[in-house]
Amino acid sequence: MKGNGKTENKKGKTGAGYGKGKWREIIENGKSRTFLLITIPIVALFFLFNTLPLIQGVVYSFTNFRGYGSYDWVGLRNYIDLFRDARVGNSYLFTFKLAVVTTIIVNVLSLLLAMALNSRIKFKNTLRGLYFLPNVLGGLVVGYIFNYFFTYILPELAKLLGFEGNSMLANSKTAWLAIAVVCAWQSIAMNTIIYISGLQTVPEDVYEAGSLDGATGWFKFRHLTFPLIFPFFTINLVLCMKNFLMVFDQIMSLTKGGPAQSTESISYLIYNNGMSGGQFGFQSANAVLFFVVIVVISVTQMTFLGKKEEQL
Amino acid sequence: MRDKKEKSNIGLTVILIFGLITIAFPLYMAVVIAFKQPSEMTNNIRGILSLPARWSLDNFKEAMRVTDFWNSLVNSLFITLATIALSIVVHSLIGYVLGRSKAKSKFYNVLYLYLVSGMFVPFAILMMPLVKQTARMGLSNMFGVILLYTVFYLPMNTMLYSGYLKNLPLALEEAACVDGASTWRTFWTIIFPNMRPMHATVAILTALGTWNDVMTPLVIMSGDKNTLPLAQLNFQSQFGTNYNLAFASYLLALLPIVAFYIICQKQIIAGVANGAVK
Repeated sequence: MKGNGKTENKKGKTGAGYGKGKWREIIENGKSRTFLLITIPIVALFFLFNTLPLIQGVVYSFTNFRGYGSYDWVGLRNYIDLFRDARVGNSYLFTFKLAVVTTIIVNVLSLLLAMALNSRIKFKNTLRGLYFLPNVLGGLVVGYIFNYFFTYILPELAKLLGFEGNSMLANSKTAWLAIAVVCAWQSIAMNTIIYISGLQTVPEDVYEAGSLDGATGWFKFRHLTFPLIFPFFTINLVLCMKNFLMVFDQIMSLTKGGPAQSTESISYLIYNNGMSGGQFGFQSANAVLFFVVIVVISVTQMTFLGKKEEQL
Repeated sequence: MRDKKEKSNIGLTVILIFGLITIAFPLYMAVVIAFKQPSEMTNNIRGILSLPARWSLDNFKEAMRVTDFWNSLVNSLFITLATIALSIVVHSLIGYVLGRSKAKSKFYNVLYLYLVSGMFVPFAILMMPLVKQTARMGLSNMFGVILLYTVFYLPMNTMLYSGYLKNLPLALEEAACVDGASTWRTFWTIIFPNMRPMHATVAILTALGTWNDVMTPLVIMSGDKNTLPLAQLNFQSQFGTNYNLAFASYLLALLPIVAFYIICQKQIIAGVANGAVK
């Protein structure tokens, strides 16, 4: 009670002081001064190492800087060239294909796995613990291990079954699938945990009421479970898309962008050509475009799924 | 929850245990290859996947020597622990200030949105300017990487901490204020200890992210310093076609985080779920 009264009081004060000038109000108050003293250096640090390089990146994107030496302003040339450059176009196509397909695979499998791990089973905690293990392992090393698997083990297995024994990684038609498998192998763990915490929020009496009405199987899932865990589906979808669009470690360890540049992700292309390929300015423009794409996709996903959430 | 039927679903349990093969197989493969000698690696699957003739640690010793394991391990530990410590202190402070002020003050609300929107900025766009900037500032080293991580994790952690504040009633700190404690003191004696569950979540998320990260140290750190994952990348050529040596090195790189996971499994799963759902 006492605390509540005080909060009200403070709100009143701020409201009245707003007209006199909020700066005086901020400085006058001792608490506010401490708050400002904490905020200023931290925000300055954030500006220095996040916003400033972002601005620099945008500035470089209007130049023909190679990463060294002198450079000139080229206006929007880099941006126009981005849309004409086949290599850049391919990297966007590849990255999106990978992100969309892997997001679907991961969400279907992890939702199934979460429902299984959330039902009445034996060794529940042990099983959950083991299924989560891939998530803590580093993407690069996991990639190297799978690289060997795809290069030496899988072709041998295929031969035993009477298929052609070629490595998936050596074929530009299948290399992206191998990368999707490795990305999924690690991400399913994380998404499953999120779905499990979603399923645990579903109250048991919802199911009881549902089963009285004869809801079972797919119908129960479609009309009872899924709407209730929809917020968790939103989180997983946004997280997955964002992570897979930024894929880097797996490319580094599995294909290095090959064969024939068929698996160059956007991040990998920016790193490779921007840092050592003499395309600092051009790849800065690519990075700006990539940034815009990420923001647009995340915001669209969240508003679209937010609307859906309200409907359900 | 478990009031009516205590019967557990045996069929599903068996399916789930079989499903574990997908997790176990790549790791089994890594272990047997790491213990074998190149001469044991015949070209068929049985040669690769059979158990090694003898369990010798020679590959591991050699891998440690080749990749300068101990130095990489110390570097990785230093970067991760320093980032965690800095994150807990800096992010809980800013999370507290913004969480308490953003509803009342437009100024702080705008700052909050400014910091949190940093979550959308991909590293790819910061990377190239940051390489130049850190080099100019003499930060092309582990300290630079730690500083950058503290900045990169700030948006998410600020959101987590200021969200967690809703669980701490204002009355708690106001009582301390009445007793004459300064805002600064109140934070350290009352708020900070009460944020412990969130500290655990932040520590775990930051640890997993920094320990396994390759890209930041790869572009920022110059010279011959390596982190554990970076060493795997940089010594690829040295491994050549000696996969036994390479796999011993990979396992060594995975070992610390797996040990950490085995010890704190419950907290890690809870922390990850907590962080994502908030």
